[in-house]
Amino acid sequence: MPKQSPIPDDLDKPFYEAANQGRLVLQYCAADDRWQYPPEPVCAQCGSAENLSWRQADGSGTIYSYGVIYDTPIASLQPDQPFNCAVIELDECREIKFMSHLPGTPAGEVPIGAPVTVIFEETPATGQKVPEWQIVES
Amino acid sequence: MTAPTIYTSAAAMYRTTDGLGPWPYRGKVAAVGIGHSPTMRRWDGDPQTSIGAWCILAVRQAIADAGVSPDQVDGLVFDPGTSTGAYWPADQPVPEDFLAAFEQTSDPMDGLAQLSPEWLLKNMPELTNVKFVMLASHCMSMAVAATVEAVGRGLTNVCIALKGWHNFAGRYYHSGPNALPTVSGPGKHTPQSWAGPTSYGTAMQFERYTHKYGGSHDMMAPFVVNSRGNGLLFPEGYFAQHRNTPITAEDYLTTRWIAKPANLFDNDMPIHATAAYVFTTAERARDLQQPPVYVLGHGGGGTVRGDSYSPIASRSSVETLEEAQANAASTARRVYEAAGVSATDIQFENCYDGFSLFHVFWIEGFGFAGVKEGECLDFFQTDISINGPNPVSPSGGNIGSGRTRFWGWTDTIQQLQGRAGARQMKIDAHCGLAGAFMPIWSNFAVFSKDPG
Repeated sequence: MPKQSPIPDDLDKPFYEAANQGRLVLQYCAADDRWQYPPEPVCAQCGSAENLSWRQADGSGTIYSYGVIYDTPIASLQPDQPFNCAVIELDECREIKFMSHLPGTPAGEVPIGAPVTVIFEETPATGQKVPEWQIVES
Repeated sequence: MTAPTIYTSAAAMYRTTDGLGPWPYRGKVAAVGIGHSPTMRRWDGDPQTSIGAWCILAVRQAIADAGVSPDQVDGLVFDPGTSTGAYWPADQPVPEDFLAAFEQTSDPMDGLAQLSPEWLLKNMPELTNVKFVMLASHCMSMAVAATVEAVGRGLTNVCIALKGWHNFAGRYYHSGPNALPTVSGPGKHTPQSWAGPTSYGTAMQFERYTHKYGGSHDMMAPFVVNSRGNGLLFPEGYFAQHRNTPITAEDYLTTRWIAKPANLFDNDMPIHATAAYVFTTAERARDLQQPPVYVLGHGGGGTVRGDSYSPIASRSSVETLEEAQANAASTARRVYEAAGVSATDIQFENCYDGFSLFHVFWIEGFGFAGVKEGECLDFFQTDISINGPNPVSPSGGNIGSGRTRFWGWTDTIQQLQGRAGARQMKIDAHCGLAGAFMPIWSNFAVFSKDPG
C-alpha cells in the first residue's frame, strides 16, 4: 500500500538504512536494559546517550489494537481507503509499539492478539523501505 | 498606562506532579463573570467577526456580567494561538478592511489568526490597569488553571481567562505536510503519517477497550445523543444557533466512519468562537453581581520542563489504552487531592469530549458516579441526563456545541450559579468538575457553591 516516504534524519538514519537491508533495528540502552522506539537522542529513562546503541530486533509481534481509516487527510493514503492501521507490540519488548497497515489483511478483519511477522515495503516517492507486519497464518 | 509584565509561559502555574497536597488557595478564588461571542462555522470575512473582534466582545461581556469596571481588571491570561487546525493561506494578503478596522501591531496576523497582548490591549483601551499578562497555550483549560493559580498567589486580583478559536475555509489538515509524498520529523513514526485522522489514537484505544472489557461502539449512542441534546439547550453554542436538530441513536449508529470505531459524531466540529471568564478573590467576589463559584482546587496531566508544557510522554509511538487510563487516573488523584474532595463529592462532570470515546476514560479515571474501569459503557445506558441523579456532560461539551473546549467551564459555573437555564440540572448540585483535554495533556478544576 503506497504511503509517504519517510526522510531519514541524523537520529533515525540507522533505522531506515537497516530497513533498506530488510532488518529491524531499535535503540537499546545497555545500562537500563531498555529498548526504545521512536528514536531519541538519549535514553528516556537514564537521560544518557553513553550506553545507547542500535540493536537488531526479531520483528515478531502481536496485534495490540487497530482502527480502520475511512477519511484521512494524508493524500498518499487516500486512494486505499478504507484501510487498516494497526498497532503492533513487539515480542522482543511488549512496550514497543509500531504502526502497520497489515498488508494482506482486509480492512476491518483484524484479529487483536494475532501473531505477526515483520516484512519491508518500498515507499513510492524515494524508494525508502519501511517495516510492515503481516499476520502469521497458522 | 504602565506596560504590563508579560509571562510567555504558564507552565509554572500547573499542578502536574504528585504529592503537592491540598491547593493552598482552596475556596479563596471565585469565578464571577462569563462572556461568549456568537458562533459561526467559518469566518465570514467581516472584520467585526474576526477572532480578535470576538475576543474583545467576550472579554467585554464577561466584565459586564461580573459587574466589575474595565479599569478594575488587572490581569489577562490567554492562549496566543487561535487556530483550530486552519491557517491563513500564505499566498493570501491580509484583508485591508480588517487592517483598517483595528489598531495593528507589527504582525498582520494578530487579531486575524492569532492573538497578542499588544493587539488586545491596543484595541481595548478601557483596560487601563492591566499589570499581569500570561500566555497559556492550547486551550481554555490551561488558561483557567493558570488564572486561578495567579489569583490565588496574588499576582492579579481581577483576572480574565480568555480563549478564541478561529476557523477558515477548507478542510483541516488536508494541506501542508499531509499533501506531500514524503514525511519528515517525528511524525514518521506515529499515527500522524500512518493513519491521519486525529481521532485515530482514541479510536484505537477504544477498540482495545471493548476487546478487553466487552461492550461495543453502539453503547456510546446514549452519551452522544445526550450531549447533543444538552448542546441544543446551550444558547451560546453553535448547534443551538445554527443547526437546531438533535442527533438520534439511529443517526449515530448509521453515520459515516472517520477512523472506525470513531464516526463523524464522535469527532467534534471546528467552529469560530470565543469565551472569557472573570476570576477574582473570594473576598472581592462577595460584592459582585453574580453568585460566586469557588474554586476548590486544580490539577492536570502534562510534562513541565522550565517554561515548556507538553503532553505526558508515551512509552512508544502511540499512547496505549492502559497509558490513557493511567494518565486519567493520576490526573484525577491530583485534582481530588488539590481540592480536598473525593469522587463521591462530585455531583456532575463536564470532562472534555472532543473525541466522544475518551469521555469513557475520564469518567472512569475520576470515578464519577462510582464508575470503575470497564463499567462506563453500561453506565451510559442509565439515566445520564440533566434530569437524573448523575448528570453526564450537562454542557453537552464539544459534541453538543462545537469544538472549543470551553462549554464545560461555562456550564459548570452556570449550573452552580443557577444560571444554566433550560440545562439547569434537577439535582441540587454544590460541587462539579470541569476540564480538558485528553488524558495525555489536561487541566481540571473542582468548583463549589461554597468556599469550604
